[in-house]
Amino acid sequence: MNAIRKELELVSVTKRYGATVAVNAINHRFQPGGYACLLGPSGCGKSSTLRMIAGHETVSDGSILLGGSDISHLPPAKRGTAMMFQNYALFPHLSVAENVAFSQKMRGVDRQERLKKAGEMLELVDLSALSDRLPDQLSGGQQQRVALARALITRPDVLLLDEPLSALDPFLRIRMRGELRKLQRELGISFIHVTHGQDEALALADEIVVMNNAVIEQAGSARDVFNAPTTAFVAQFIGGHNVIALPGGHFAIRTDAVAIGQAGAGNLQGNILGVEYQGAHVSVATMIAGDQEINALVPETEFFENPLNPGDQVGLTWDDANLHKLTA
Amino acid sequence: MLKNNTFIGWLMALPIMAVLVFFLVLPIAMIVMVSFWKATEFSIIPAFDLGNYEFLFGSNVTYRVFFNTFKYAFLTWVFTLSIGFTVAYFLAFHVRSQTWQIVLFLLCTIPFWTSNIIRMISWIPFLGRNGIANSTLISWGVIDQPLDWLLFSDFAVILAFVHLYTLFMVVPIFNTMMRIDTSLIEAARDAGASGAQILWNVIIPLTKPGIMIGTIFVVTLVMGDFITVRFMSGSQSANVGRLISNDIALLAYPSAAATAVVLLLTVLLVIGVMLRFVDIRKEL
Repeated sequence: MNAIRKELELVSVTKRYGATVAVNAINHRFQPGGYACLLGPSGCGKSSTLRMIAGHETVSDGSILLGGSDISHLPPAKRGTAMMFQNYALFPHLSVAENVAFSQKMRGVDRQERLKKAGEMLELVDLSALSDRLPDQLSGGQQQRVALARALITRPDVLLLDEPLSALDPFLRIRMRGELRKLQRELGISFIHVTHGQDEALALADEIVVMNNAVIEQAGSARDVFNAPTTAFVAQFIGGHNVIALPGGHFAIRTDAVAIGQAGAGNLQGNILGVEYQGAHVSVATMIAGDQEINALVPETEFFENPLNPGDQVGLTWDDANLHKLTA
Repeated sequence: MLKNNTFIGWLMALPIMAVLVFFLVLPIAMIVMVSFWKATEFSIIPAFDLGNYEFLFGSNVTYRVFFNTFKYAFLTWVFTLSIGFTVAYFLAFHVRSQTWQIVLFLLCTIPFWTSNIIRMISWIPFLGRNGIANSTLISWGVIDQPLDWLLFSDFAVILAFVHLYTLFMVVPIFNTMMRIDTSLIEAARDAGASGAQILWNVIIPLTKPGIMIGTIFVVTLVMGDFITVRFMSGSQSANVGRLISNDIALLAYPSAAATAVVLLLTVLLVIGVMLRFVDIRKEL
């Protein structure tokens, strides 16, 4: 769709609301044409960052560059970005086709032309059959596709998605994230997707940017972030990790890299707190000396060869190569 | 079991039904009934007689007075709508903090702490021939002679109506506007809409139900009014309400009832037509 992929870059972008700093001088260069996820807990500044990129929030300090030019003070529609809102923000009084054609109407494109263009967009999201309906008459997933079509009709260089899947039920969420990923590949434009769900970020993103307390904690490919978290926050937030304080400092280790053996053997001794059956795996929570909790993810068949119960003493084993030293 | 439930349902609806029948249906039925009675200078005779309606529809005065009533309703509607929409828009979209929204909104309601009549009459010393408005304009040198049309004129009537009823437009419009999701406005801006385009393509269409409810309030109030027209026009103009009140003063109840029935049907017709255009159910 776009021959030239433009690179989006944040240069010490800051957002202040009075005395509170929502986004604190963050720097990041997004991969052009990639799928990036801004991941973090609520209030970490990820939404403010997205809204600043979109132009719905002013930048207190710093610049946002798209394809080398500063867009931080342009109005939203002049930036080459388009935003898909959390609740989709479809105009309830307009039909699906009119919703999609809205930006064309604002630019003065005549009715026939804009509806034709909207039709093409609706075809892209596989919704041509419903073009005369009102948003209220659509399911959540269909509304999302309309919102997607409405954002894409402006041919943006960057599509900004604000928690796009949070309003859907879990089953639909997984299906829609597959569709988002597919669409991004087809269009080849950058998607920047804000989420607080680590599974969503891991499933979708080429690049994960983990934010906490108004700063970027870690950025990298999904595998890098998951396999080598650099801070305790990232290790905990991305899930599947234990953060252990050992004599050499704090370390992260994946829960599936911890094995459970006989009491007396292994690296550390623990006391089983709870056992949770998760289908393919069984999650065993243990308490080691110093009141530290360590989870071990044991394959189901292995666990039931030698079942354990809360209260049992066990030895925890791991390969030291799997320990990652944490900076904070 | 089902029968029992139906019975309980009717029983629960009984109090409100009793109130409505007693205070709404019966009086209207009474008015309709009396409108067919015969009246002479000295007596009222129960009958089924179309004479009152014949007289009403045969008289030129009726048409002029109805036209006048519509004129007042229309002009008042135009002004209350433009002022009310502007005020509501300001409160809903420009005043950011909720505290200030409430403060300013309460400020709008302060005039309602006094009675309609007092608010109306207070215009008289202001607009009179030697009133504040005229003397101020003369002292500024804007005019040499006092303006006669300020008081006891259609201008004064419309002014009083607008003053009395603008709030009835502000409240429902403000209420509807507060329900507009701000992300819709952001989405419109994201799509490149200018301020005027957002107003025309997003805010006004979404405010229509509120506008319609305000319109119903204002139109019914103005069409049923008689005291404002009497005071502010100095008894020089008439509307249907005054026609009815004059008939009552002359004890011509059947004639008053017939006029009331026609007025009621006219108002219902106007509202019926308006409701065809806008669906207000979402607001209720």
